[in-house]
Amino acid sequence: MNKMGERKSMAIIASKGTLDWAYPPFILASTAAAMDMNVKMFFTFYGLPLLKKKIKAKVSPAGNPAMPMKMPFGPKAFQGLNWPIPNVVSNNVPGFETVATGLMKKTFKNKGVATVTELRDMCEQLGVEMIGCQMTMDVFGFERDEFIDGVNIGGAATFLEFAAEADIQLFI
Amino acid sequence: MTDYNEELDCSGMNCPMPILKTKMKIDTMKDGEVLRVIATDPGACSDMPAWSSRVGHELVESCEEGDKFVFYIRKDE
Repeated sequence: MNKMGERKSMAIIASKGTLDWAYPPFILASTAAAMDMNVKMFFTFYGLPLLKKKIKAKVSPAGNPAMPMKMPFGPKAFQGLNWPIPNVVSNNVPGFETVATGLMKKTFKNKGVATVTELRDMCEQLGVEMIGCQMTMDVFGFERDEFIDGVNIGGAATFLEFAAEADIQLFI
Repeated sequence: MTDYNEELDCSGMNCPMPILKTKMKIDTMKDGEVLRVIATDPGACSDMPAWSSRVGHELVESCEEGDKFVFYIRKDE
């Protein structure tokens, strides 16, 4: 309850599975729960693996043509530089995703940003309900026991019943 | 300088961890008690008032001490 005497609610669809896109749903869900909102997250398509016990999300340059790279080492001015990576490099050099993922994780750590797993743990502790999409499980061949405890499995109607009454609905 | 009952150091943490840690800490405290939060994230300067206003706790005082931001929050009674 807040001072206005009513509990707000938020419904989030998490549909993307890269490291950069994994952050916003968990940041917003945990913060909303900390603001006493009732929060449910629906994980579907590429977002579903974010419910796996070990999150293996990577950065992908695909669809991020303006993605800048920062170097997590060296003098501060050097770390502040943006390194535009030509698509011909990011799309064709083997191992680029692994390197970019490592650099992003290191930069986040240097800046005191929590890991995706830590933020998901906070969501659990703050009572956020996480729903895995049954259809995506069937299509991609996931089993219930691959996911963290406490995950509920459901479909579009399960989510929409809650979303219909929610004050905030986000598709991420 | 405001009197306080408990202290939480969020130095080095970035958004949204200072808010999440503050929420968890204040849940363990009694109504009317004051929590002193220390943060280095400049975002906390707008986030802490927004959070406390939303949940109904009173932001008694906020100030800068050197390169740190300090907030005093009284738990809603």
